[in-house]
Amino acid sequence: MRIPIETIRLPNGLFVTLSEDHTAPIVAVNLWYHVGSANERPGRTGFAHLFEHMLFQGSADVEANEHFELIQRAGGTLNGSTWLERTNYFETIPSNQLELAIWLEANRMGRLLPAMTQQKLDTQREVVMNERRWTMDNQPYGSWLEKLPALCFPPEHPFHHSLIGSMEDLAAASLDDVAQFFATYYTPDNAVLSVAGDFESAAALRLIERHFGDIPRGTGRPPLPDMSLPPIFGQWKREVSPDEIMLPRLFLAFRSPAFGTPEYFAASVCGAVLGLRNGSRLRRRLMRERQVAAEATAFTFDLAKGTDLLVVDVTARPGIAAEQLEQEVAYEIDAVLRDGIDAAEVERAVALVQTSFVSSMQQAGERADRLSLFATYFGAPELVNEEVERYQAVTVDDVNRFAHERLGENNRASLLYVPRDDAPGELVGAGVAAEEQ
Amino acid sequence: MSAPTVGKAARPLPGRPREYQFPRFTRRRLSNGLELVVAPVTKLPIVTVAVVVDAGSVCDPPGREGTAQLTAKLLIEGTQASDGAELTERFERLGATIDAETDWDAAAITMTALAEHLPAAFDLLGEVLRTPAFRPREVARLKAERIAELLQLRAEPRGLADELFSRFLYRESSRYAHPEGGDERCVEAIEREHLMAFYETRYLPGGVSVIVAGDITADRAEELAHRAFGDWSRGTPPTVVGDDLPARMQRAVHIVAKPDAPQSELRIGHVGIPRNHPDFFPVNVMNAVLGGLFNSRINLNLREAHAYTYGAFSSFDWRRQAGPFVVSTAVKSDITHAAAREVLIEIDRIRAEAISPDELSLATSYLDGVFPIRFETTAAIAAALSVLVIHAMPDDYYDRYRERVRAITTEQILQAAQRYLHPEALQLVAVGDPAAVREPLAGLGFGPITVYDALGQPTT
Repeated sequence: MRIPIETIRLPNGLFVTLSEDHTAPIVAVNLWYHVGSANERPGRTGFAHLFEHMLFQGSADVEANEHFELIQRAGGTLNGSTWLERTNYFETIPSNQLELAIWLEANRMGRLLPAMTQQKLDTQREVVMNERRWTMDNQPYGSWLEKLPALCFPPEHPFHHSLIGSMEDLAAASLDDVAQFFATYYTPDNAVLSVAGDFESAAALRLIERHFGDIPRGTGRPPLPDMSLPPIFGQWKREVSPDEIMLPRLFLAFRSPAFGTPEYFAASVCGAVLGLRNGSRLRRRLMRERQVAAEATAFTFDLAKGTDLLVVDVTARPGIAAEQLEQEVAYEIDAVLRDGIDAAEVERAVALVQTSFVSSMQQAGERADRLSLFATYFGAPELVNEEVERYQAVTVDDVNRFAHERLGENNRASLLYVPRDDAPGELVGAGVAAEEQ
Repeated sequence: MSAPTVGKAARPLPGRPREYQFPRFTRRRLSNGLELVVAPVTKLPIVTVAVVVDAGSVCDPPGREGTAQLTAKLLIEGTQASDGAELTERFERLGATIDAETDWDAAAITMTALAEHLPAAFDLLGEVLRTPAFRPREVARLKAERIAELLQLRAEPRGLADELFSRFLYRESSRYAHPEGGDERCVEAIEREHLMAFYETRYLPGGVSVIVAGDITADRAEELAHRAFGDWSRGTPPTVVGDDLPARMQRAVHIVAKPDAPQSELRIGHVGIPRNHPDFFPVNVMNAVLGGLFNSRINLNLREAHAYTYGAFSSFDWRRQAGPFVVSTAVKSDITHAAAREVLIEIDRIRAEAISPDELSLATSYLDGVFPIRFETTAAIAAALSVLVIHAMPDDYYDRYRERVRAITTEQILQAAQRYLHPEALQLVAVGDPAAVREPLAGLGFGPITVYDALGQPTT
């Protein structure tokens, strides 16, 4: 399958991709800013994400939370998200409401700052601190997304620090930071706008030019430091993390080729062979046969700069100690190196990836997001139409070559969660009851 | 307050809306009573098949709660011809995803495949439904995986709050008071022969609907269904009506102890109404105003006005019998009582006075407008048709949905809030640090307080 794609760059640098599909009266508007936690300066971890929250607090012509109100009143869905390398904002709306979404996105790209107040910043800072507590501090294993990049990237590397940010840094963020960040990164020449669904390209382009056309180009974003790293860690890095949990869980990461490179596809297929769905190696071996794992999966971070991470994520069965879990997983990875992966495993993985891709392309929002991704990282949205072919082109030799280069003991990082000595079952029992009486 | 510089430039006006219809579908029966529902959707070469079986968790035998879920999961863990590993391999080599799950009212075996692989995958699906093996090894493994899940739940505040909220809400004899997947005692008690007996009693063509959505014609789907299910000998499972009576008629506070927790997971609610209730539409719109949307009263109050939380919402869990109405949020420990107070204020307020026309139109225009966006995928269409089948709703239900939403008035919302929200019967569950939340909650005067451990056993 191929989706139609048109690409235009406005004079102010805004990269526009359009993909028509008239099967339902739905349209998706999707805006990627090429800024993420990697662009944060020291002492301001979490700022890119806090800033994303501020983008829903209104702009020159829009009241706080009115963006949500207008889109939902129009019958649309919306949200935003922040990642290491990018921040995105998106709406899926009935197609007759296209101009509303474009106008809202343009208003906050062009004229955000007049609406920014200390009180809004204070409120959103508290909301984000609660988000941190909810997703990380009060969630079993929740710290993995902070601990794993910290373990895998050197301290000075832009991917090393926390995406959600430390409470301390969040507390320090000021309105000046908001203004600076906005001026530096939220400019048309640092953004991609994708529209997918039920619209006429020429008409949509006129709307985009009308609302985005007069937003001035930025003065250029500061370059990121050199992101490149050696292809392997050069050692087996290890961190043991005691936590309020019942079962040990291992995140085993491998430095892997950057997203979008030919070698990335071999890495991604290797990940699918290892941990995608029930027929994958780790599930078959560790859950079905050995019965030492309760859950097993594998995934890539999809980082396009420098190097990516391939991560194997396995939770122990009750009764299996953390050390045994790590040995069992390592044994399976070693088996891949020793005996190789066979062609049937690669076929299975690629077939599932293909189904998943076609399935996701049913949604206008997914199409638009994928177009934005390839446009932001590579200036080439048409790569979306090559994705399946690039997966299909991966041979069993490619996957085994990747395994030999990257799955060895000199390229592993273990983040191993172990239950704290006192079992939570006891903690919540006796101790508390005594105190409460 | 917003900055004084904020203006009110004219918002772009919408264009003329384009027509949208929920996908057309046909309903047929094979001669053995099995129902076939087909919605041809030709956008992309992909098909979802959902086999919906009248074998939900309410059918569990008492003492062996969890049987329905284990039975469904074991269907895809081996047939008479193929063991679990081989069966999985046969599906996945076709690129077909296969999942088995249950809710309270039904079991669903759902498969998605590219159209080119559908015939082979469909045959396999027939094999799964018709000839499960329930191999002892797989039975033991899935039981152990459920035990692991239960263990994990003790340290997982969100899931624990949901689970214990149901336990405190319904009386002991209600199936809804017990976890869908069963607790440790029940799961240990389930043996292979119980699963086979459950399968023999409930997996009968008269209780099965095969729902097909995607790139296929109704006739071709019927051919495939006939090949896979046509010679399944007839039979219909007995009707099971669940018990949905509440445990208490008065308010009570249930603190589930998680010492030193930085946040409390809060659940506040009571037994709601069944899905087929004549007031479903006013109640659904009322909930959207109260807590169903980002800009609903509860979220704007707790998140945007007070910054108590990352998010707060309310919902009705729609089942054949009365599922819970619940307000869910997670708040910093030291303001747990304050957040609970704001929830009570919002519940009282929506019962005391009519909502504004603006609030009504926000909810109705959202539910009306978002309708087509809910059905972009074959999986979503199959799920929507499953709801139709499970609740025996009329064929024109989705065609009439939007007009019925648009017809709701502010008076109906007020009535729905007064009739179906019961402030006097609210149960409050807080999974959090008793040392931080108990005294302030007592000060709120909500109701008698009991403290429990993570297994739901009272400790005070």
